[in-house]
Amino acid sequence: MIKKWLYIVSLSLLSLSCSNEDTGYEPTPQPLDIPILFSDNIIPPVIPNGNPQTVEGIALGKKLFFDTILSNNGTQACASCHAPQNAFTDDTPTSDGVDGIFGTRNSMPLFNLAWNYGERFTWDGKELSLERQALEPVQNPIEMHSNWETVVERLQSHPEYPELFRLAFKTSTITKELTAKAIAQFERTLISANSKFDRYSLGQADLTPQELNGLDVFLREDKGDCFHCHGNPNNPLWTDNLFHNNGLDATFSDLGLGDVTGDPNDNGKFKSPSLRNLAFTAPYMHDGRFSTLDEVINHYSEGLQNSPTIDPLMKKINEGGVQLTIQEKADLKAFLLSLSDPSFINNSEFQN
Amino acid sequence: MSKKIFALIVIITLSFNSCSEDNDDNLKPPVSTTFTFNHNWDGTLVTNASFNTVQYTNANGELLSIERLRYIISDITFTSSSNEVIELDIYNLVDVTNNTNLSFTTEAQIPLGNYTVSFTFGLDNEDNIENYLDLNSESFNVPDMLGGGYHYMQFDGKFTNSNAQEQGFNYHAIRAVDNPGMNPTFPQDTFFTVNLGEIEIINDIEIEVKVNLAEWFKNPNLWDLNALNQMLMPNSTAQIMMYDNGQSVFSLGDISQ
Repeated sequence: MIKKWLYIVSLSLLSLSCSNEDTGYEPTPQPLDIPILFSDNIIPPVIPNGNPQTVEGIALGKKLFFDTILSNNGTQACASCHAPQNAFTDDTPTSDGVDGIFGTRNSMPLFNLAWNYGERFTWDGKELSLERQALEPVQNPIEMHSNWETVVERLQSHPEYPELFRLAFKTSTITKELTAKAIAQFERTLISANSKFDRYSLGQADLTPQELNGLDVFLREDKGDCFHCHGNPNNPLWTDNLFHNNGLDATFSDLGLGDVTGDPNDNGKFKSPSLRNLAFTAPYMHDGRFSTLDEVINHYSEGLQNSPTIDPLMKKINEGGVQLTIQEKADLKAFLLSLSDPSFINNSEFQN
Repeated sequence: MSKKIFALIVIITLSFNSCSEDNDDNLKPPVSTTFTFNHNWDGTLVTNASFNTVQYTNANGELLSIERLRYIISDITFTSSSNEVIELDIYNLVDVTNNTNLSFTTEAQIPLGNYTVSFTFGLDNEDNIENYLDLNSESFNVPDMLGGGYHYMQFDGKFTNSNAQEQGFNYHAIRAVDNPGMNPTFPQDTFFTVNLGEIEIINDIEIEVKVNLAEWFKNPNLWDLNALNQMLMPNSTAQIMMYDNGQSVFSLGDISQ
């Protein structure tokens, strides 16, 4: 019996010593503020069980997102290529990293990421969660060109970060995984749901006749037929978050999804980007080849290039595309711009 | 201690007796029903692994590939020999592309007995005006000017056209519609009932539904992909042809219980 008591006391002491760092403290839960347009129309966002949203985690993630400490020479933060004023992308076709070298892909805008149900992120779907994606740019030689060992050391010896990690994750021992978790928490808060079209959907605004005509072009299978890949008024994401070959090239210098899956049937496929916030996210496409929305629309109208993996939803390929009139193009552009959300890029919660 | 052991023995004995003496089906609890959709092209197995290769020949002699296939089945109905109807107000998006929901277990349990088993291909008009968050999330909607609601099926692929070139087709089944716009009209219903026939349910049951995709192009309308390949949603004639051809696509396969 005495032995049994000794065993129990020892176990109790052991458990107390283990929880020494976080006794009694829990981060404050902060569930996402889901817009009514989303909760009314689409299924709930994806929040990993192992990384719940908390006030402290989001705050830490925001600080990290804007901090150049993650880069090799202290010149770049996540926000360098994902700037709030550009709906968290930048304004160049591809982005230059810490050494002034440009990559091959356009920086993707960041918003409504928690509703990417398939959880394949980036243009080629290489990253299978936001947390995993956040690990990559730090060590990418063309981007931040750093390494996590160095970054973790810097964060650990920083005057503020260990305490901020303790508040967010109940440990002041910093790891790359916790760093990525915090950044992902912040990124999930980047919700855009207040465009003119959103307010129209809620009965709070009117669209102009031109914007309504543009919606018609967007939805008509015999006109733009944009909706099969980019959604519709019942899906406020304005993307299917899937991968398509949209006829940009006859041959591919960048295989996109095909490089990730190894399946030649996926060659030339890239993620359908959301059509929200196009007013702020030029240039367009995975390689930023189109400077303007007009160029994008012209591509689908008369610029399609055939290839073995071109999506069967692409129409009239022999004619170059869906052959919109000048008026239809103008109307479509007006509608597309109604999906932009100035309140998102000006949201003080998302500024440094 | 001995009381506990005695009680345990009594419970175990009663349990065994209650199981072994129940020979009356009506006293057995209801059972689960699972529907499994297996796809073929005139008998050749079709899965997403066989997508993206031009390899199937339709009744009109056109070679084609499948690149995307998903469709809705709904309102599974069990009609007993005494005409008691158990209709399950459900729907399931069978997504062959992603190999999801090909097997579907109904939430409701079904009493043992003989039933005529049927389901709806697509959504009936009552269900088609509902707002389904999961189908919206899949961007399976039909635009309002075409009547709204949802696709019944998206069947996309490529075929070799009469110029020997590969060309896309979008065999999208929806509620047939005329006069697209603010006040569309509907010439006839194009969802349809698939009757699998009579099935005796004596236990938890798995019902295979065989789906012969070649039938979409065959019977009674010989489908000419050179003429009908894309932009079929606003084409009510094409939609009614799909409705006609769809009648022979689904059939009862193996049953295990």
